[in-house]
Amino acid sequence: MYDFTYHKPSSVADAVKLLAADPDARPISGGMTLLPALKLRLNKPSAVVDLSGIAELRGIRREGSTIVIGAMTKHYEVATSPEIKSAIPALAAMAATIGDTQVRNRGTMGGSVANNDPSADYPAALLALGGTIQTDKRKISADDFFQGVFATALEMGELVTAIHIPVPEKAGYAKMRNPASRYSMAGVFVAKGPHGVRVAANGAGANGSFRVKEMEAALAANWSPEAVAGIKLDPFLMNGDIHGSAEYRAHLVTVMAKRAVAEAG
Amino acid sequence: MNVVVPFEGIGASVRRKEDLRFLSGRGQYTDDINRPGQTHAVILRSPHAHAEIKGIDIAAAKAMPGVLAIFTGADMAAENIGGLPCGWQIHSKDGSPMAEPPHPVLAVGKVRHVGDPVAVVIAETKQQARDAAEAIAVEYAVLPAAATMEQALAPGAPQIHEGAPGNLCYDWHIGDRAAQEAAFARAHKVITFETTNNRLVPNAMEPRSAIGEYDSTSGDYTLFTTSQNPHVIRLLMGAFVLHIPEARLRVVAPDVGGGFGSKIYHYAEEAIVTWAAGKVKRPIKWTADRTESFMSDAHGRDHITKAELAVDAQGKILGLKVHTHANMGAYLSTFAPCVPTYLYATLLAGVYTTPVIYAEVKAVFTNTVPVDAYRGAGRPEATYLLERLMDVAAKELGLDRVEFRRKNFIPPDAFPYQTPVALQYDSGNYHATLDACLEAADWKGFEARRAAAAKGKLRGIGISTYLEACGIAPSAVVGSLGARAGLYEVGTIRVHPTGSVTVLTGAHSHGQGHETTFAQLVADRLGVPVAQVDVVHGDTAKVPFGMGTYGSRSLAVGGSAMVKAMDKIIAKGKRIAAHLMEASVEDVEFDRGIFRVAGTDKSKTLADISLAAYVPHNYPIEELEPGLEETAFYDPKNFTYPGGCHVAEVEIDPETGKVEVVNFTAVDDVGRVINPMIVEGQVQGGVAQGIGQALLENAIYDQQGQLLSGSLMDYSMPRADDLPPVGVATHTTLCTHNPLGVKGCGEVGAIGSPPAVMNAVVDALRDYGVRHIEMPATPAKIWNIIHGGRRMAAE
Repeated sequence: MYDFTYHKPSSVADAVKLLAADPDARPISGGMTLLPALKLRLNKPSAVVDLSGIAELRGIRREGSTIVIGAMTKHYEVATSPEIKSAIPALAAMAATIGDTQVRNRGTMGGSVANNDPSADYPAALLALGGTIQTDKRKISADDFFQGVFATALEMGELVTAIHIPVPEKAGYAKMRNPASRYSMAGVFVAKGPHGVRVAANGAGANGSFRVKEMEAALAANWSPEAVAGIKLDPFLMNGDIHGSAEYRAHLVTVMAKRAVAEAG
Repeated sequence: MNVVVPFEGIGASVRRKEDLRFLSGRGQYTDDINRPGQTHAVILRSPHAHAEIKGIDIAAAKAMPGVLAIFTGADMAAENIGGLPCGWQIHSKDGSPMAEPPHPVLAVGKVRHVGDPVAVVIAETKQQARDAAEAIAVEYAVLPAAATMEQALAPGAPQIHEGAPGNLCYDWHIGDRAAQEAAFARAHKVITFETTNNRLVPNAMEPRSAIGEYDSTSGDYTLFTTSQNPHVIRLLMGAFVLHIPEARLRVVAPDVGGGFGSKIYHYAEEAIVTWAAGKVKRPIKWTADRTESFMSDAHGRDHITKAELAVDAQGKILGLKVHTHANMGAYLSTFAPCVPTYLYATLLAGVYTTPVIYAEVKAVFTNTVPVDAYRGAGRPEATYLLERLMDVAAKELGLDRVEFRRKNFIPPDAFPYQTPVALQYDSGNYHATLDACLEAADWKGFEARRAAAAKGKLRGIGISTYLEACGIAPSAVVGSLGARAGLYEVGTIRVHPTGSVTVLTGAHSHGQGHETTFAQLVADRLGVPVAQVDVVHGDTAKVPFGMGTYGSRSLAVGGSAMVKAMDKIIAKGKRIAAHLMEASVEDVEFDRGIFRVAGTDKSKTLADISLAAYVPHNYPIEELEPGLEETAFYDPKNFTYPGGCHVAEVEIDPETGKVEVVNFTAVDDVGRVINPMIVEGQVQGGVAQGIGQALLENAIYDQQGQLLSGSLMDYSMPRADDLPPVGVATHTTLCTHNPLGVKGCGEVGAIGSPPAVMNAVVDALRDYGVRHIEMPATPAKIWNIIHGGRRMAAE
């Protein structure tokens, strides 16, 4: 990696100040994406602002019918949190499938959400659950927040501070892993909750995680795996690579949707 | 009080002595070594598959902080540094020697694959070296690339080397063509089969690393390197590249974290750090990162083959014809030419009585990383071809695949058995390993398991009855076939004054457990407890000589050298014992550490004898030298021939195409087993790599010669959850020509398993009219087949 200045602020205000003062500074949470990029010299920030010392970014709590998860909450904590396991078991189960033990004990939900990797798990979950992303400046709905491959509504220097998720009536997740990276090749999160029936897919879309509206309509009418089994997605909107064609991924979204509904019960 | 001494000799599952060190993080790997005053090298590599180097501007880089030196190919050429040598010369059908183009250590004039080394920066820190490497300006004129063998052989293809017209390295053959044609003429049926053996990236856990050091007071060079054969590296680098006499060059291969063949070869980086250390007069360390490993470690496999099998009306094989294209990559790696010839085509008889075989092999240069031996080397390619072909043929002949194999087995009473492709098998019992494996895998119960398969899953079972050849030898024969080295091994047994033993071996352990297995040989023969045996390897300054570890040779060849040395120890010990016990030598018997005068109660321990040998107060000094240390060189009379049977059982999820190996059974004949636990581990490791090849791994280049699967994000390595429980058993027939009766177990897993897995996959898809599926059987590929997909389905 190239040399950079290292900061470890203890408050969001200080972190935001550091980032505002230097447009080439980058925040780092778990570092599961930024660190490899730094090591490969694919990224050359002037400074790295480490968010791990900010206590206000931690913690999971229930506020009425909403689960609020601090941005620096690790995947392991999401997977094992009693609040999440009882309120949104599908989210806890999903977090338990991210990466491996080491990744789950370093990587954070806020980092994953802010990065919006098209193969990451959380974006589809938040889209399906109708989550809201809280930043140091504002609240943004998941629908508005995720804007394509590695693209979000975050402005320069804006930090994700927490994720708010309304507790659903039921939810389920299923994914097919890429055999090499073990990231999602196609994953589908389904939820029935205060925002109605919502379905979102990751890994497969040419433009990142996306809502599958035709499946939402089908499930709203008939919440069963069979309801989505016949829905075919347009391969033109899918991503193809050496691991699988767009046609294959389109097919996988249907299969995973079916399994996610079965999982949700 | 009786002390119970556990049996530690041949056949005991002694716990691996080296594991405490490895498992507690106290292994000493090359990158763990730091020499006083050490500097760091970073190698600038070609980003292009094929390009002319128009110019290299190092001025800016040289002025950067911490930079001590920058060298290019021109600097090495100016000092008459040789190219990297090839250790095996193949002759084409017409008698002409193979094309053997120069392989400069640092590229001169042209780069020929992505990763080809262009310049080296030596700096105080690795960071500084990397910064400076980025500041080197290389002007390339990019040339069209020949990234695949198809591209390289096409008319008008880009010419990679001046001395290799049409990018052909050699056009070799073996066997009797006329006899083959005659056999085919009277065949009841000829089954044709085409297949590609997928290209693999070895991916040892420890990346390659090298430290070069120069002592200006003595003129001595030292190279620490991740090598499977330090003496071979000393020989090749000293004699052919850097022109340093052996006595001035020490090569140390300390703990090495996996090799699988990829650490046999003499690599550019070894020569670079050693030579440059003499220039900058400071030690220089280079360690690959994973990206560099992908583009600089020799790859494996990569064959395209067309085969025809002639069978009579009774299902007996009449003949086999094989035509193979083998990818050499951009340059000839150390042993590359012998892999698709003498380690491949000579194995095409397998375990069958095929009376005539004719095989042609064309070796092709491409703009890719060099290809060389990888766990199994040639034998997995031959086995995969044969064992898939046996299944395809059985199906087309309407025969049961097990019975078709059994009908064509070399019978157990036919040994020694001469094949039509040069090899003479010394021993084996293929019926026995087959029967034992079918029993252990409950082959008979499969249909019930298929019926009971998890909901919607497609279950299949596959078999492979394989044979391989290990401990390649004898030196005179391999020399006549083109080897530029001998293939013996060296062992020294040093009995210390109080009776403990140091073993010095030319074999090298990089995961095999030699420190334990070799100590067991000493325990068994000399009666010395394993804890009192030290095994030394991997250092040319300590071990007299050696050819190293590859081709499952360590025990069959290296262990046999130790036995010969121990026999010399025993012979000398008897003479000392005879003197001490005032008996005649003929009357002295030796068994596990005790010298006895036959028919009396007189005895001496090995420790008594060694003490007398080192403190020769009462000693036959007129006729015997003091000391108790013996060295033996062992040159085998033949290869060894492990063989056996593997059965794989798979379940396929038809909705996703994902194949799961749910059960794997191996019954191998590896000759006498020294440590059953280590053999089991070796087989399991080999099976893991075989399943990797069958289901996951694939090195894919695009048409421009960029490696698309150039990182672990895109190259699928097998992981623990990809692997089933692997049941391992052995059925032994002894090797008849080495003193231990051993055959070798390091590669059997990787050789026998890929066709067993693929035969199971094809079996699982039997309702889909599938004749063949190319490796790796990825989910996407299987899904395409099941769903009558488009182009990929026919592969």
